[in-house]
Amino acid sequence: MYAANAAQPDARRFAALVRRRWTVSLALTVAMLAIYYGFIVMLAFRADWLALRLGERLTLGLPVGLGVIFASWLLTGIYVRWANGSHDAAVLHLKNAMQEGGE
Amino acid sequence: MNTALTTTIGQPSVTSIAFFFLFIAVTLAITWLAARKNRSTSQFYAAGRAVTAWQNGLALAGDYMSAASFLGIAGLVALSGYDGLIYSIGFLVGWPIIMFLIAEPLRNLGKYTFADVVAYRLSQKPVRIAASIGSLLTVCFYLIAQMVGSGVLIKMLFGLPYETAILLVGVVMIGYVLFGGMLATTWVQIIKAGLLLTGATVMTFMALSRFGFDVTALFTAAATRYGDKVLNPGGLVSNPLDAVSLGLALMFGTAGLPHILMRFYTVPDARTARKSVFYATGLIGYFYILTCVIGFSAMVLVGREVVAGMDKGGNMAALLLAEATGGTVFLGFIAAVAFATILAVVAGLTLAGATTLSHDLYANVFRSGRSTEAEEMRVAKRATVGLGLVAILLGLAFKGQNVAFMVGLAFAIAASANFPALLLSILWPGTSTVGAVASIATGTLTAVVLIVLSPTVWVSVFGFATPIFPWKNPALISMPAAFFAGWLGSVLVPDARARSHFAAQQIRNYLGVGAE
Repeated sequence: MYAANAAQPDARRFAALVRRRWTVSLALTVAMLAIYYGFIVMLAFRADWLALRLGERLTLGLPVGLGVIFASWLLTGIYVRWANGSHDAAVLHLKNAMQEGGE
Repeated sequence: MNTALTTTIGQPSVTSIAFFFLFIAVTLAITWLAARKNRSTSQFYAAGRAVTAWQNGLALAGDYMSAASFLGIAGLVALSGYDGLIYSIGFLVGWPIIMFLIAEPLRNLGKYTFADVVAYRLSQKPVRIAASIGSLLTVCFYLIAQMVGSGVLIKMLFGLPYETAILLVGVVMIGYVLFGGMLATTWVQIIKAGLLLTGATVMTFMALSRFGFDVTALFTAAATRYGDKVLNPGGLVSNPLDAVSLGLALMFGTAGLPHILMRFYTVPDARTARKSVFYATGLIGYFYILTCVIGFSAMVLVGREVVAGMDKGGNMAALLLAEATGGTVFLGFIAAVAFATILAVVAGLTLAGATTLSHDLYANVFRSGRSTEAEEMRVAKRATVGLGLVAILLGLAFKGQNVAFMVGLAFAIAASANFPALLLSILWPGTSTVGAVASIATGTLTAVVLIVLSPTVWVSVFGFATPIFPWKNPALISMPAAFFAGWLGSVLVPDARARSHFAAQQIRNYLGVGAE
């Protein structure tokens, strides 16, 4: 369908697309690393915080652990929402422009 | 409560055998249907790239939720409480990383294996040989752990001799992969994931009904009976650097497991790949939450003494709880699900290993990409049988050995040998052939050598008094070493041709233009 070196995307807009993609990806990666390692470091150095009582017996540790699971759902959800929306639209736009032989 | 519980675990029951044969009958029927389509390499390796996002999400979850993680983590929670939850969280957080860093580039740049992506603009032969070694080592260590675990587990569940169990698993698994290829393997994963999630949900529901559906009441009962320490972190994270190292291996190792990465080629495009990771993350997280509740319920409803008395690793906790809440019929169902889980995971691993042998080594290295599709298919099928036999032999050879470290080793190699080379070739224009090979070789060697010198092998397997390398997992050293070697090799021996192809790689990577 596409010849190897025939069509090229608009260089400036393509570079912006790639930059935006990695800005979003790396920001979310850093957030995931911070949340997970924050949890590990807390376990290693301030485990007493996780033993704080919330109710009669329940401690802070269980909701914090669950929170890490929810955070990984939330972050993947944010990425999919962004990528399926504005990112895919930008990709489609660049591809269409390429097929028409550039702008 | 009922501490003097009598159990029928270990005696083959009518229900467990009936459920098991039903599973085998359904999956073999699917294999038979799939076999009629199974003529091309694209069918055999990638199910014709027609798998939907939901199907792939379930199949990814199926590949990842092994019997070891279901029974092992439930047991760990039942015996040590909160530490089991910490452990399972480590296995989940790799999935967002797969999504953010590699799922889409992998789908757009590759054909059947992650070596396709690493070798995209580099010299095919050296890179594919190196990537195949990393890939096969990961698959083999994972396979040994699964095979030995399955033999022990089936012996405990059904009273079958270890050797018979290994042979049974090996033969059925070869049947799925050989005749049904990726399509049958995918459906086996989907059915198994559905059964496992349903079984765990029903078990959680029945266990929580004993506490009036109040989770707080369950935790309160656990703390009342065994002390507050079951709700607090215990000894799992005693050495911070060791914990960070294990976390790195789990997080980035998931993004380097060949049988997981291969699934991204079964979907039609990057958009579907991305959605499937979202579903998989949701399902796996939900599964670990259930496993945690199941573990605490087993602690309270079955009792730690009974769980530890059956198996000192606690592997029977979920099954004992199944019997305590749903009787022998439910136990039979869960036992059959555990068996199905083992079969599905080893089938996925064998297919990934066979693809590496036939697509990377035979077609692209040995025949320099000039073999016909029929020849490659023939080799793929022979590789499946060969690898299946190797799995059976390894399972028999490692009988009675301590293989617990092998899953950790598989993740450490995946994080050190496979992931850095993959990321460098996707992101860094300067990556050269020498750099990629150096990265894979350094990652593999460092991970293997440090694991041998670590407490898990040097002390637990060889029996020496003190380890030479202090941490149980080497990823904190071996992963940065692999990145460094990749950079150094690329700077010392640059590759002008590879650099000139980066622009074309980017267009295919980000726009999907020309993706297969």
